[in-house]
Amino acid sequence: MGAGTKRGLARTGVSILTLIAAFILLWEGYKLIWTALGWEWPIRPDDRTLPHIWDILVTLFQPVQRNGPPFILVEARAALLTLREAFVGFVVGGAIGFALGVLFVRSRTAERAFMPYVVASQTVPILAIAPMVVVWGGRLDVPQWLTVSVIAAYLTFFPVAINTLRGLRSPQPTALELMRSYASAPRETLWKLQVPTAMPYIFTALKVSAAASVIGAIVGELPAGFRGGLGRDLLQFSQQFTAAPEKLFAAVLIAGLAGMLFVGLITLAEHRWVLARRRPIS
Amino acid sequence: MTIPVVEARGLGKTFGSGTEQTEALRGIDLVISSGDFVSLIGPSGCGKSTLLRLIGDLVSPSTGTLAVNGKTAEQARVDRDYGIVFQSATLLDWRTVEKNVALPLEIMGFGDEERSNRSRAMLDLVQLGMFKDHYPWQLSGGMQQRVSIARALAFEPSLLLMDEPFGALDEMTRELMQQEVLRLWDETGTSVVFVTHSIPEAVFLSTRVVVMSPRPGRISEEITVELPRLRNQDTREDARYFQLITEVREALRRGETGAGS
Repeated sequence: MGAGTKRGLARTGVSILTLIAAFILLWEGYKLIWTALGWEWPIRPDDRTLPHIWDILVTLFQPVQRNGPPFILVEARAALLTLREAFVGFVVGGAIGFALGVLFVRSRTAERAFMPYVVASQTVPILAIAPMVVVWGGRLDVPQWLTVSVIAAYLTFFPVAINTLRGLRSPQPTALELMRSYASAPRETLWKLQVPTAMPYIFTALKVSAAASVIGAIVGELPAGFRGGLGRDLLQFSQQFTAAPEKLFAAVLIAGLAGMLFVGLITLAEHRWVLARRRPIS
Repeated sequence: MTIPVVEARGLGKTFGSGTEQTEALRGIDLVISSGDFVSLIGPSGCGKSTLLRLIGDLVSPSTGTLAVNGKTAEQARVDRDYGIVFQSATLLDWRTVEKNVALPLEIMGFGDEERSNRSRAMLDLVQLGMFKDHYPWQLSGGMQQRVSIARALAFEPSLLLMDEPFGALDEMTRELMQQEVLRLWDETGTSVVFVTHSIPEAVFLSTRVVVMSPRPGRISEEITVELPRLRNQDTREDARYFQLITEVREALRRGETGAGS
C-alpha cells in the first residue's frame, strides 16, 4: 500500500510538472507566433494584454511599495485572510447543507416545503446578496471577516445539501431491507448505512464547495470593504490592468493556488477516509 | 404442541391500486414447524420472494393471517426472530468482514467484547476466520455470501430466511454452499425458509418442498422430502434423490398447466 501510494504521488507530481511546462509553452508560443504573424485575434499578443510568464514571476518577488515586503508575501498574507473567511464559511455552509440533506431524507414534507427555496436561493446572484449581508452584519456588530464568511457559506451549503440528499437515498433497497429486518431505529440506519453510503457524494460536493467558498469570500470582501484580503487587491489590480497587467495575473495565480490548496486538502481527506476503505475504481 | 415457526392462513398480497393492481399471492396456507427446512420453488412471478418478504415483515399482507413464532410478523421482526440472506450478499463496502458480521449485533446493542467474540465464532463457523480483516470486495462471490450467512446467524435467530442466496454463484461453488448451509442448519438448529428456482437445490436441501404457481401466486403442491436428514455428495447420486427431483418437476408442470386453464 505504502509503495503504491508513493508511486501514485510521484506520478501525480510528474503530471503536474508536465502540465505546467505545457502551459508555459502554450502561453509563450502563442505570443511568439501571433507576434510574428501580426495576428490580433482573439487575444492581442502584446505585453500589455498578455505579459510574459517571467514578467509575472518577477513581479511576484518585487516589493509592492519601495523597500516593502515582496508582492508574493503581501498577497500570500491576503490569501490567508481570505482562506480563513472561506474556511469558516465552508464549515458552516457544509454543516447547514448536511443538516438540510438529513432533514429532507427524513421528511418528504420538509423537502417539498423547503427545497424550492433552497434552489431559488442559488438563482439570486451573489452580487445582490452580498451587500445585504454586509449591511445586516454591520448593524449587528459582527466582525467584518465573519460577514464575508456568511457570504461564502451561502455558496457552500447548496451543493452539499443536494448531494447529501442524493447520497442518503442511494443505498441498495436490500441494504435498507436488511436494516429493517434488524428493527433498526431510523437514527441507526442513518449513521450506519445511509451516511457512509453518502460519503463519496458528500466529498464530491465538498470539493465543489471548497472552490465556491473561496470565490464567495473574494466576492464578499468587495461590498464589505474588507481590506487585506484578496478581493480588494484583485479589484485594485484589475483597475491598474492596462498599466501593469502582470500584477493582476500574479494575483490571480495566488488566488488560484489558494483555492487549489483548499480543494487539495479535501481530496486528501477523501482519500484518507473514503477511498482507502472502498473498492478501487479501475 | 409446539408453536409453529410460520403459520399462514388465507394469506394474500396485492401490489398497487386501481387498474395497476397485481395480485402477487392468493390464499396461501402454510405451516412450518420448528427445525424444518422448507424450500419455496416456482417460476418467476409465482410470488415466492413475496411470501418470504411477508414472513419477514418487509411487506405487509393484503388479506389473511400470518403468525411467526406465534406472534404477528411485525412483532417477530421487532423481536429479531429471523435473519435474512439475499441473492446479493449486501455487505457494507466500508466495513471489514468482521465488522459486517457485527453490524446486527451493534444495532441490537451487544457489548464490544460479545460482539467480537460472536462475529469471530460465526466467521469460524463459515470457515472464513482468516479473512476477518479483509474488505468485502477482496472476497469471491461465494465467500461474500458466506459472510452474509454468518451475519444472518450472528444473533442466533430461530428462523433463517434465504432469498435465492446462491442464484449468482457458479455450479461448483453452489454445491459447496448447499453442503455448508445444511451443516449450519444442523449445528444451529434454526428453521430455514429457502427461496429457489433450482429443483435439485430444493430437493437436496429441504425437508419439505413447497411448489408454487403463478398468476396469481399460490401453493400448488407440497412434497415431503424423504431423504436422511443429513445429506452429502453421495445423496446427489441416490436413486431416491432423482425420483424426488422428477416429482417436483412434474408438480411444477402441473402447476403451470393448471394456471393456464
